[in-house]
Amino acid sequence: MSHKRVNSITSPGALVKEGLVAESSGIPFISARNLTIGYAGEIVVRDINFDLPPGQAIALIGTNGSGKSTLLKTIVGLIPPIAGQITVFGKSPGTSHARIAYLGQYHPSGFVLPLRVIDVVRMGRYPVYGLLGRMGKKDEEIIREAMRLMGIEHLADRPLRSLSGGQQQRTYLAQVLAHQADLLVLDEPTAGLDAAGRDLYLHAINDELCRGASIVVATHDIHEEAAMCHQVMLLARKVVALGSPAEVLTPEALLETFGIIISSEKRIQVLECQHGHDGSEQTGSGKSGH
Amino acid sequence: MVQALLAGILVSVACAVAGTFMILRGLAFIGDALGHGVLPGIAVAVLVGFPGIVGAAIGAAFMIGGITLITQRSRLSSDTAIGLLFIGMLSLGVVIVSRSNSFTGDLTRILFGEILGISKQSILIQLGASVVVVITAIICARPFLLLSFDPEQAEVAGFSARFYHNVMLFLIALTVIVSFQTVGTLLVFGLLIAPAGAGALLARRIETMMGWAALFGVLSMYTGLLISYHLQLAAGASIILVSVFVFFVVFVMQNLRHRRVKITQGVKHES
Repeated sequence: MSHKRVNSITSPGALVKEGLVAESSGIPFISARNLTIGYAGEIVVRDINFDLPPGQAIALIGTNGSGKSTLLKTIVGLIPPIAGQITVFGKSPGTSHARIAYLGQYHPSGFVLPLRVIDVVRMGRYPVYGLLGRMGKKDEEIIREAMRLMGIEHLADRPLRSLSGGQQQRTYLAQVLAHQADLLVLDEPTAGLDAAGRDLYLHAINDELCRGASIVVATHDIHEEAAMCHQVMLLARKVVALGSPAEVLTPEALLETFGIIISSEKRIQVLECQHGHDGSEQTGSGKSGH
Repeated sequence: MVQALLAGILVSVACAVAGTFMILRGLAFIGDALGHGVLPGIAVAVLVGFPGIVGAAIGAAFMIGGITLITQRSRLSSDTAIGLLFIGMLSLGVVIVSRSNSFTGDLTRILFGEILGISKQSILIQLGASVVVVITAIICARPFLLLSFDPEQAEVAGFSARFYHNVMLFLIALTVIVSFQTVGTLLVFGLLIAPAGAGALLARRIETMMGWAALFGVLSMYTGLLISYHLQLAAGASIILVSVFVFFVVFVMQNLRHRRVKITQGVKHES
């Protein structure tokens, strides 16, 4: 059921053409010009150009190693840009900590720490308050609400290490939501989530967009998550395509992005369904059974 | 005996806090290396008539500086850098000690501690250090937690991962420096790791982990001192033995309890 809600609100391209264009007249949350990203001595992607206006979402799609994570890390300031310009909230990346929430792909030591779920979610409020700022009742409410949105309120006092991978991922997502950031930078947020978790996540980010936050998300979910974004960037160590989902999620562009992976018959079918919206729910791989 | 206990409690508190973060951040090896690496510093200090603690501080600073330098300027991982400095400093310490004749009594004290002969001045220094460790940990609780959780997350949240990592190293080093007099440089690492390790088995939260660690530390100090007094054993080693024993008691009890929980859950499942 919930899929329908998400789809009806954010059917591909609809928002881009309607309401939100007006909002984009302010300064964009992210602006990249001739941006070259990579690590010391290794260029990953050259010449990236895009703007992300407030309240909009951009999906990054590509194989492993295509440059998605590198771009995300550049946006949050973990790695410096190699060339070109990028501004986040009009400033250089890594300076607006209180306004950016980041979900990385790996959680190196999350398993051994004696942390309860609520402690992990509470960390989402730290950037807002810095070293010593005092958190109050309102923050506890926000933390509870974030756990509720991800369906983990009943796990609040459980140690993180006792949870399944999917439950841990929900916890990390609740942490991101608890931040109430203006910009959410998410690296494969649905990895390990079950169908119910994905539903909750899609609802939650939809709410974040309505709140006026912007989202940059690296995803493999062409079918739903990318389709509900305003822009899609296809990456394969270069920008293959950039535009609205309807423009970009074409079989040709995806073929170039994914190379061999797309060659399976079934996969192409799913992608073609994407363009004729009606049939997509029925043919969507395994999501209808719930 | 009262002074020894007082020193023991102070050291236990500092070790509980520093040891907890050491375990959470995976810095156990550097904690161990610092314990041994301060030896040449202490030896030189004793040789020229300075307090051992000053030498220990210089030795620790030298080690951390060296480890940071190697890790940043080469492709080697930090454990290789730590190992190199560790073994180099230890050998240097032994060489210095072997060159001098005046060390026989002092050396035993450096290596195995002198908790029973600890001076009022040393206790005051330990008090100061424990206060510094606890207050720093309270102030830096958020970045430390984020750093232990995910250094990238700390960085994005606006807490410099490198800076707070160094603060954490400083706390561990400070703890080692003021604690070596109680159980000696050979065994000071035991105070950092055993109580906090046992605490990690029991706790769901970091604060409770520290609480358990402090409790186990004090318990080990007291029991160890009693045993060493009555059986005429080396005090430092007795304390560490007790603390490691406590760890294994907690470990076994935890496993027994988990098994029992599993069995009861199994019964519920079947019924």
